[in-house]
Amino acid sequence: MPPDIEAIAEQVFTALADPSRRTILGALASSGPATATDLAARLPITRQAIAKHLALLTEAGLVVAEPGERRRVRYRLQSAPMQLAQQYLAALARDWDSPLDALKAHLNR
Amino acid sequence: MSFPDRIERTMEVAHPPGQVWAALTTAEGLAAWFGHEATIDLRPGGSAQLKWSDGHVADMRVERVEEPSVFGYTWNLEGLPESDPRRTYVEFTLEPLGAGTRLRVVETGFAQLPEDAHRTLYDSHTQGWASELDEMVDYLDAA
Repeated sequence: MPPDIEAIAEQVFTALADPSRRTILGALASSGPATATDLAARLPITRQAIAKHLALLTEAGLVVAEPGERRRVRYRLQSAPMQLAQQYLAALARDWDSPLDALKAHLNR
Repeated sequence: MSFPDRIERTMEVAHPPGQVWAALTTAEGLAAWFGHEATIDLRPGGSAQLKWSDGHVADMRVERVEEPSVFGYTWNLEGLPESDPRRTYVEFTLEPLGAGTRLRVVETGFAQLPEDAHRTLYDSHTQGWASELDEMVDYLDAA
């Protein structure tokens, strides 16, 4: 197992724990890459707060900054860490207890 | 380390391995406790499928068949896209225990693949989408 796999999942969960960051990630997921100005116009979050959250999300590798039109920086959702966090959730969600109880009940019938 | 890569359960059942084996490896057996409908081609490389009444479907690939003691298959990680190549490996081990069976199930691979490989894979998918959309725009512009 790569040593940083858990650290990456943790960053995803930390990012998602904040409602403003969830809103920003949701906007990038549904409408594609956007500049901080675009996001401020669309979301009920101040331009300053958006810039702060985008910096944190970039640091965590959840969004990536890329050159956009008119020399503005656009932010694009980086899905790899989310997929990794999904693996974590898949392990927690894999329920063996219920089917094994059902197997036992089936054999005892 | 809290990222769970492996899930393991052991239980004892009051039925001989042959009977437990049938419950695990036949369509009738699987449909009786695991899914609501099941198909299985019981040989390494064979396909198996479980269907539930809520519409959920699990596609499995049979990996190990050592009657009546080891049955292994792989299936995809729930919650990840259908196209995701990563699969977890599930292995049932049946051991005689008196007149019954000690059954162990181990599922491994939840934390597989290094992050860089992961990133490369998903970035290529992302690029794929972007370039397909670009191609469609070009096509529409040309029309």
